[in-house]
Amino acid sequence: MPPLTKISRRRLLASAGVGAAAVGFGGGGLLVGHRLAEADDGTGSVPFYGEHQAGIGTAAQDRLHFAAFDLLSEDPAELRELMRLWTVAAAEACAGEMVGSVNDVPLAPPDDTGETVGLLPSRLTVTFGFGPGLFEKPGLGLGAKRPPALRHLPPLPGDELDPSESGGDICIQACSDDPQVAFHAIRNLARIGRGVVAMRWSQLGFGRTASTSRSQDTPRNLMGMKDGTANIRAEDSEDMERFVWVGGEGPAWMRGGTYMVTRRIRMLLEVWDRASLQDQELTIGRHKYSGAPLGGSEEFEPLPLEAQRNGHPVIPVDAHVRLASAKENDGARLLRRGYSFTDGVDESLGELEAGLFFISFQRHPEQFVAIQQRLGSLDALNEYIKHIGSALFAVPPGAAPGGYVGEALLA
Amino acid sequence: MHRNLVRTLLCAGLAALLSLAAWGCGSSGDDSTETSEARQTHGPQAEAAIADYRGYLQENADALVATTKPFVAAVVAGNLAEAKTLYAPARIPYERIEPVADSFGSLDPRIDARENDVADGDFEGFHRIEKSLWEESTTAGMAPVARQLQRDVKALAGKVRAVELAPEQIANGANELLGEVSASKITGEEERYSHIDLVDFEANVEGSEAAFEAVKPLLDESDPDLSGEIEADFKMVFNSLEPYRTADGFVPYTELTKADTKKLAVAIDTLAEKLSLVPAEIASSEHS
Repeated sequence: MPPLTKISRRRLLASAGVGAAAVGFGGGGLLVGHRLAEADDGTGSVPFYGEHQAGIGTAAQDRLHFAAFDLLSEDPAELRELMRLWTVAAAEACAGEMVGSVNDVPLAPPDDTGETVGLLPSRLTVTFGFGPGLFEKPGLGLGAKRPPALRHLPPLPGDELDPSESGGDICIQACSDDPQVAFHAIRNLARIGRGVVAMRWSQLGFGRTASTSRSQDTPRNLMGMKDGTANIRAEDSEDMERFVWVGGEGPAWMRGGTYMVTRRIRMLLEVWDRASLQDQELTIGRHKYSGAPLGGSEEFEPLPLEAQRNGHPVIPVDAHVRLASAKENDGARLLRRGYSFTDGVDESLGELEAGLFFISFQRHPEQFVAIQQRLGSLDALNEYIKHIGSALFAVPPGAAPGGYVGEALLA
Repeated sequence: MHRNLVRTLLCAGLAALLSLAAWGCGSSGDDSTETSEARQTHGPQAEAAIADYRGYLQENADALVATTKPFVAAVVAGNLAEAKTLYAPARIPYERIEPVADSFGSLDPRIDARENDVADGDFEGFHRIEKSLWEESTTAGMAPVARQLQRDVKALAGKVRAVELAPEQIANGANELLGEVSASKITGEEERYSHIDLVDFEANVEGSEAAFEAVKPLLDESDPDLSGEIEADFKMVFNSLEPYRTADGFVPYTELTKADTKKLAVAIDTLAEKLSLVPAEIASSEHS
């Protein structure tokens, strides 16, 4: 038997399948493994396996930990093995189980880092994506399977992108109502990946800025504005099929998957905060407190884009909601699922480094590009924001127990 | 680029013309129950404020035409060194009145857009020439761009003559200018090739102060303490620039440390937070 390295020990665990994870350990008997039904109180577990990856149609959780990785190896077998191990570990974490099973051997470092022992999964979802760069690595030989839709995002008007906070060969989106659970997922997967991938950049998010389900109230972003009123809802399966899930147009391995765009959007909060209420509302196109569109009285009523007063549109021509509306973008819509963030202080300005970590899922990245071309050129909101990071990933369809995410691509 | 001024100008203009609540010009709540006092005429103080600021706008718009002319001539003549010397003086009057330029539709992007603001074929104006002079070290191909710039600043001067003004909107313009500093001058994103961002910074603050001074008599009526504090804060901001002044302008932005930019940013944020209170203050003092 070959000497057991970290990777090969986990290989043994993986081949044993999900559910082989230890249920307790000596000395404490802490029980952390029950597959809980999805509970409304935010503590339950969301099934990891399924037709689609979870964390897209799932009702948006409160917290995010997102990470983009550079692939260090061009060995296809290593990449397959990574995705197998990641799939197993992610499924364990989402079920509220400890990762791996070597967690109480005195001379061995525990497989699971331990900070979620005693915590419920809190609706953890773990979602994987592949960046365009993955398909450009000659050793992997994936060029022929690259979806035509997966082209690097073009430069967009107003971009102030930091390359070190952009791109990535593989991404992991971990969402949970418990920040520690989201953090733990990324941390443990990064550890499993050591030697095969290296972390490129990561983002913690602390408040959801979209509702993806009708059961959720529209949250507010850091500008104090309701964000996500006109979002696609997971219950609208027609819209999900039309705007989000890849159908027959993609390569077979992408069917049932989607494309994820992430944009790190810095908000110039100090400048926004000294804008008058009127200016804020005219910039966005909605009343701040009610969320009703200008010219309307209910948050969820359709935008009165044609409404005029004294010869001028009630919702200004450069208002954010107008420029982003489906009506003004040939019906294009995105499933938005972003989070507020702060990374502390920008020490060169003595100001908050904070804003919106925008995430959208769409059937074709062109949906995002077309909308952002307009916003980047015309949006009144541009005075208060800067896009400082950007990435695009192909999100494969879901996996079944015994399989792994991306299997149809990599096998 | 500033779009807020478009709306505030329109609000002021509409409110002046009609006794109805102007669209979007009021606080949050039902549009239907919005009321505002008729503002068909301004009191004598408001009229004085408007006249004062209009004079400043015109003066700088004319100065912009006058300083752009030799700059353009140098570019067209292929005189690289002279063009570089004349760039900053042409930027100053523009940066003092920039929000007004932005209210005139496509003039601001044509004159002042930075490379990543616009699509590839649309990059022109001051910064296109700036890139050529400092990054490419040439004037080659810039003659048509320079001539277009001259036409655009002339057009701007013409439009400034006719612009509608009202006190709250002048006060908001003062805020807009400080927002400009925060968004791109303090970060060195405005003058990416010449690095004369501090020249623009000072011009923005001068323009902000001029707008404030125009409406100060109105503010003195309702809140003289705030008025005094803002005056003191303007002095404080100008003082904070002094260490960076040189014989012919300012040190290049690239020489500033994080500690330097932080001091400047904190000064601007301090002033701007107080200045943002002025529009509402003078609106209440205008209508007794």
